[in-house]
Amino acid sequence: MIPIAFDYVRPGTIDEAIAAVVAAGEDGKVISGGQSLMPVLRLRLAAPSTLIDVGSIAEMSGVTDAGDHLLIGSNTTHYAVMNDPLVKEHAPLLAQTAATVADPAIRHRGTFGGSLAHADPAGDLPTVALALEATIVAKGPNGTREIEAKDFFVDYFTSALEPDEILVSVKVPKLGKGWTTHYEKFNRTAQAWATVGVAAAVRRDNGTIAEARVALTNMGPSPVRASSVEAALTGADATVDAIAAASANAADGTRPTSDLHASAEFREHLARVLTKRAVVTAAGV
Amino acid sequence: MTETIATTDASPMGRPLRRKEDARLLHGQTNWTENIQLPGTLHMAILRSPMAHAKITHLDISAALERPHVVAAFSAKELGDLNGSVPCVWPVTDDIQMPAFPALAVDKVVHVGDCVAVVLATDKYAAADALDAIEVDYEPLPAVVDMEAAIQPGSPSVHDAADGSHGTNVCYTFPLQPQGPGAYEAAVAAAGDNAVVVKRRFINQRIIAGAMEPRAVVASPMGMSNEMTIWSATQIPHILRVLLALVTGLPENSLRVIAPDVGGGFGGKLQIYREEILAVQIARKLGRPVKWVETRSEDMVATHHGRDQIQQIEIAATKDGKFIGLKVEILANMGAYLQIITPGTPLLGMFMYPGIYKMDVYDFNCIGVFTNTTPTDAVRGAGRPEATFAIERIVDELAVELNMDPMALRKMNWITHEEFPYTTSAGLTYDTGNYEAATAKALDLFGYDALRAEQEQRRASGDPVQLGIGISTFTEMCGLAPSRTLGALKYVAGGWEHCTIRALPTGKIELITGTSPHGQGHETAWSQIASSILGVPVDDIEVVHGDTGRAPYGMDTYGSRSLAVGGQAIKKAAERLVEKARIIAAHQLECSGDDLEFVQGEFRVKGDPAKSQPLAAVAFEAFSAHNLPDGVEPTLQAEATVDPDDFSYPHGTHLCAIEVDTETGKATIRTYVAVDDVGVQVNPLIVEGQVHGGVACGIAQALYESVEYDKDGNLLTASLADYLIPSAVDLPSFTTDRTVTPSTTNSLGTKGVGEAGAIASPPAVINAVVDALRHLGVNDVRMPASPENVWRAIQVAQGGAK
Repeated sequence: MIPIAFDYVRPGTIDEAIAAVVAAGEDGKVISGGQSLMPVLRLRLAAPSTLIDVGSIAEMSGVTDAGDHLLIGSNTTHYAVMNDPLVKEHAPLLAQTAATVADPAIRHRGTFGGSLAHADPAGDLPTVALALEATIVAKGPNGTREIEAKDFFVDYFTSALEPDEILVSVKVPKLGKGWTTHYEKFNRTAQAWATVGVAAAVRRDNGTIAEARVALTNMGPSPVRASSVEAALTGADATVDAIAAASANAADGTRPTSDLHASAEFREHLARVLTKRAVVTAAGV
Repeated sequence: MTETIATTDASPMGRPLRRKEDARLLHGQTNWTENIQLPGTLHMAILRSPMAHAKITHLDISAALERPHVVAAFSAKELGDLNGSVPCVWPVTDDIQMPAFPALAVDKVVHVGDCVAVVLATDKYAAADALDAIEVDYEPLPAVVDMEAAIQPGSPSVHDAADGSHGTNVCYTFPLQPQGPGAYEAAVAAAGDNAVVVKRRFINQRIIAGAMEPRAVVASPMGMSNEMTIWSATQIPHILRVLLALVTGLPENSLRVIAPDVGGGFGGKLQIYREEILAVQIARKLGRPVKWVETRSEDMVATHHGRDQIQQIEIAATKDGKFIGLKVEILANMGAYLQIITPGTPLLGMFMYPGIYKMDVYDFNCIGVFTNTTPTDAVRGAGRPEATFAIERIVDELAVELNMDPMALRKMNWITHEEFPYTTSAGLTYDTGNYEAATAKALDLFGYDALRAEQEQRRASGDPVQLGIGISTFTEMCGLAPSRTLGALKYVAGGWEHCTIRALPTGKIELITGTSPHGQGHETAWSQIASSILGVPVDDIEVVHGDTGRAPYGMDTYGSRSLAVGGQAIKKAAERLVEKARIIAAHQLECSGDDLEFVQGEFRVKGDPAKSQPLAAVAFEAFSAHNLPDGVEPTLQAEATVDPDDFSYPHGTHLCAIEVDTETGKATIRTYVAVDDVGVQVNPLIVEGQVHGGVACGIAQALYESVEYDKDGNLLTASLADYLIPSAVDLPSFTTDRTVTPSTTNSLGTKGVGEAGAIASPPAVINAVVDALRHLGVNDVRMPASPENVWRAIQVAQGGAK
């Protein structure tokens, strides 16, 4: 690895980190697990003047039960998230999806908050945050700010974080009784990013679907809710045919790119197929 | 005198010994080229062209010299006469077009990654940073990427003609018509209405070698006397030494090339690269060690690529399935320059298109084509995977046309074991083989009938996941080898191999081989061969390799040649050593040499086993020389150089069952059976590893890997995020077994194994994918059979406009 030279600071608290971010100015960059930033540095695609390493800030790590939601510190690794009993109980969609991120080595270093802040359209966890209607907690020199997931992911690799803000934690609402979930990830190799991914959460009322949330990975510059699918599912019979019919709308309003792994057209096709599979599995049909 | 050297139950030949080099490698007691740290080293960074084809209109390195820690910088202008020409040693035809290939581009660049200038600095970061200061202006020229367009009249040309006029992109045209021109057409015509002809166009896509250790070189002029020492992550230290001497003009006897621990090659390090030439020339000019270590990004654009053929193939058979003949026309992508064996690589496959089958006529033609892409050259299999893919794919297509079971069609046409040695329609004489035995074993392991039944059931039920079965009954030619044959093919070098064995006074054995392992396990396997003859424990044998200073003779490691050729040299040298030792032992035991038998490492007087002399005692006597027989010189060593009479012809039957999700296009291998016949196995565990790695390599080509360029010649697969290499997670557990049909032209009965899996597996996988979709109207899926390629094949077959 031959990156461009940079300064490196390793603050011990959130307040020290914010001071460091402010001091570094617009060419500073926050790093935690480094699993997305380091490859970018290696390829010399980014040239931050200062890296502010928040990885050792203890108050930014861990999962706590905060009543109606879980509070997940942004430094919590994918490995910790996928194995956390609270996450498994109250946000099984997040636990399942975290286990699909890349490979074990990356899951042991990569962090939940870092994954959201990176805002990669092919990232799995932003989609889950959107489906679970999570709230991102950011802190800057002007204090703490909460941003709903639907407002957080702005564009390709662009979040709503201000340059002097740090993502400190994520509030993940507990799914109530009756909800079941599934993340359907499609990639070409086990370690690859999602070509397309679909997060589905379904609340069944006996033979019908009372409520559904469907969010899509890599179907545009940011994760998107498949709202026409959600609408079609609401009140629909919990059958494969009804779910398939609703899933035919999955590509509506999406803006997928064409790349080496799939054309936009194929991604639209995959979105429909995978939405059906995700909802069928989530609904236990 | 000829005598079979007695071996015993203790012989390590054929035993699955764990590799003795592994403990050292796994514990990091290693010596990679990057680990070489010499005082005063300058680190070299290379400015590479971002353009596929452009004139250099302005180039100024001076600002780079002002950067911190920078000691020197060079473009072609500053390098002057030291800017050597990168050699190609296989001019396949008399009229081949061989364009200039300067180490640093002189006035134009011809592929993305072409070397434009270098910076030398006291640390690698400073060198990389200073590249930004070099000023270059390019005037873009139209890029040539598509081979079929490249050979049309009026196409932009990668290189001007020698006289400066507009050039052609045809590098060479090479026909092979063993039965004469027009013989194929005549044979088909003669069959009249009884002839069935199937034609296909296959694309064997471009892939990378992808060794785990990127390339690296350290050139040091600080050797003893006038010696220039070059450490390189290379497969070919011996050939590199000769070529560096020729290119640089430095005396060969002052060059020492060392291939220390080398982390994989797969053909990508069978090369003399411009970075190696530059390191030597600049070290020479500056009088300081120069080091260059490739980044992964550079590896993608600057280490040669492999494959990349467009094949038009036509097979003719009678209506009852007997093959008449085969006609093959290929376009082979050379890339922008000719590297060491670029033109010859597709021709390594030309004898193999008929595969294991009997047919009357064969007609082959290859056009080598220049494009504005990274040069191609040998990558695991080198020409033979392309040939094997073509024949094994089209046999399946012919079976469909004839409404025959694809295995039944193969059985009807393959060479039977009684028919060896057999001279094929391509003109090779296969010494031996038993396709029936390998196939019977593979079918037994595979459960062919049950899988066919399941396939029927899935088709009948309209299961979205369909099952396909793919067959590859392959053979290959390897063990490169016969020097006379290579000479007749205009290859500049020979194919012999050398071994020297020394019995040291302490009883230890030093085995010096000309092969140059980079992961193959030679240290263990070569010890096993020598141990079986010398009776010395495997652990008492030290294998010396990869250093022209310690192992001066050799032709190195590629083309599955090391055991097939080098193994015979070991055997011969060991036997010669025993014969010299016998003379000394007879003197010590006061008997005639004929009265001695050599058993378990000691000479015993026949009929009087109490009288014996171990080899170690003989070796000490040869050292002390106090009581040697008259006329016998001190020291106990022997050497042998072997040039085999023929290539080696491993074969096998690979069967693949694959599940294809017709909704997503994803293909998932369920069962993969590989039964290989690599002749006598020195170490079955190492053979197993080679088969696993080779099969994985071939599956990767079939399903995942592809080098992609855009129309302007930009490399799209410039990192491992875009160029997909599967890991163990993506691959099934392989079911492997072997049949053993000893080679009759090899003194150990061995054949090559390193490339077999990579050659055999792509058609097995693609045949399976196509078989899964055949009922949907699909008759081909382009490699790699990615989900989108599969999905599109289905859409097209179903009449969708895709």
